[in-house]
Amino acid sequence: MKRTRNILAVAVFLLVVLIGVPWLIEATGRLDLYYTLTSVALLSIASAGVWVTFYIGRINIGQGAFALMGGYVSAILVVQYGVSFWLTLPLAGLFCAAASVLIGLPILRLRGVYFAMVTLVLTEVARLLALALPITNGAKGMVSIPLPGGISIFGLTILPDFATLANPRPAFYLVSVVLMVLCFAGLYRLVHSRIGKLCQSLQQNEELASSIGVNIAYLRVIAYAISSFLGGLGGAMFVAISQSIYPSSFTVTDSVNFMLNCFLGGLSYVFGPMIGTFVLYFGWDFLFETGEFQLLIFSSVLIALMLFLPNGLLSLRLFGKKQG
Amino acid sequence: MTELLQIKAVTKRFGGLVAVNNVSFAVREREILSVIGPNGAGKSTLFKLISSFLSPTSGEVLFRGQRISGLAPHIVARKGVVRTFQETTIFKSMTVRDNVIIAHHLRSNATLAGFYLGTNTARRDEAEFGRSADEIIDFLDLGAQRHEIASTLPHGHLRALGIAIGLATNPTVLLLDEPFAGMNHDETVRAVEMVRGVRKRGVTVLLVEHDMPAVMNISDRIVVLNFGVKIAEGTPKEIQENEKVIEAYLGAEDETIGF
Ligand SMILES: Nc1ncnc2c1ncn2[C@@H]1O[C@H](COP(=O)(O)OP(=O)(O)OP(=O)(O)O)[C@@H](O)[C@H]1O
Ligand SMILES: [Mg+2]
Repeated sequence: MKRTRNILAVAVFLLVVLIGVPWLIEATGRLDLYYTLTSVALLSIASAGVWVTFYIGRINIGQGAFALMGGYVSAILVVQYGVSFWLTLPLAGLFCAAASVLIGLPILRLRGVYFAMVTLVLTEVARLLALALPITNGAKGMVSIPLPGGISIFGLTILPDFATLANPRPAFYLVSVVLMVLCFAGLYRLVHSRIGKLCQSLQQNEELASSIGVNIAYLRVIAYAISSFLGGLGGAMFVAISQSIYPSSFTVTDSVNFMLNCFLGGLSYVFGPMIGTFVLYFGWDFLFETGEFQLLIFSSVLIALMLFLPNGLLSLRLFGKKQG
Repeated sequence: MTELLQIKAVTKRFGGLVAVNNVSFAVREREILSVIGPNGAGKSTLFKLISSFLSPTSGEVLFRGQRISGLAPHIVARKGVVRTFQETTIFKSMTVRDNVIIAHHLRSNATLAGFYLGTNTARRDEAEFGRSADEIIDFLDLGAQRHEIASTLPHGHLRALGIAIGLATNPTVLLLDEPFAGMNHDETVRAVEMVRGVRKRGVTVLLVEHDMPAVMNISDRIVVLNFGVKIAEGTPKEIQENEKVIEAYLGAEDETIGF
């Protein structure tokens, strides 16, 4: 019963995002929406990573660092080593995951504000590194990164060479949405497996968790690695679309936004970061009309939302009971 | 009877304060041993030293002849020495059943990846955890609260849940820190039976408790601490007649140590 409903919900969602949205965009001629929605999909992947660290009870304001790192890894591999973009995508994620293990081992001992502060600094460190390292080309950044090539297996074209497309935007949109769906499906499984329960046990009481034999240090590092993997993935895909990357491509503001997306969507719902990103992104754009008051109104609305909906937008249960 | 745990000349200093001072005793297999003493005597600290949540300043704790001091708490738990907490420490926003299920962690055969992919081993583990959790829940009379969120339970049930979590780890030695605190007479009587039942399952029980009638009733042997120093060790009868113990408790009324 519940299973059927879930399958139905997923099918409807896929139909809407993969067919309905492109159809609407073509029909209305609002082609710019492709780029906007692609951004939402990719940002929500990075936000999903932040959500995982929330899930083990850590406030992570450093996802921008890993988005930037993933972006550079992909760009460098594509430009300097001629690796296919599609291969650099998982490699960027894995690189970030590996880096986060090294970073996480010492800093994951910290809790609360202390962890949050260190992660905040991390984004700034990443930017300074990108400025200083020779391989990243400093402040000039990396530009004119070639578009992703095609993928074919046994002569069967799975993805066309993006450079041959008259307008690659719909293709980027579809790839990004598929990537998002895969990431969230993976996360859903994680949360609903025993690992999710173990993460919750960390969130609720680390001391008790270790007294029942949970290796809390190990689990924390794994969660952080998954988080950073998603950050790197989102960052790498973003760079492929904009065909450029600069040290300022992902900043502290982005890190803060990734975290806000999670808050806004709801920390106890797997799909919280997706909804949160969508609403925050469009909310911001929508308020563009208000000119200089944009930030003021935006912040006030955010504060009000967090006060009145402390468990996020999804606590409104618009989408049924998707308890994380 | 063999000696399961050996506490050897253990000392713990916090700055200038010696919370546990050169304490030695042994715990035998399948006994119920209580550690008593006035407030601040160092009982909880001793428990943290045994379960390796703290490392001793000097001395060591041996389990089955092997040193466990200095190991990470989850490794010591894996070896079979498990501590429950003085405060009602549980996973607050999980249901009673999920609390007990998650505490089966040490019994998993499947790896984390196995649980993620839902392999056969993982599914067998999950089924077994569920079955065993239900058995423990019934054993501790929590059946009616099975699906309630833990934070909503009344005090007595919280203590029972704490013990259930401990039991789920399938311990060799279970350290219970004040399991009867805050219970009324009837609840205590039931809890004492519960602890006896735990021992019947083959578990060695170490107990810190202030409720003297309960301690005298349930313990095979008692160790008395005062200002971090062990001042006596023996059967309940011996302890009740011990001069030093009576002196240590003299500040309080005589009844505290009697029935
Ligand atoms: N982490 C710590 N840092 C500093 N001092 C501590 C620490 N833990 C305990 N102490 C001190 O060590 C002494 C023994 O404390 P402990 O909690 O072991 O006593 P207890 O016998 O369990 O007391 P109670 O019956 O009140 O639970 C106390 O004076 C306490 O203040
Ligand atoms: Mg104590």
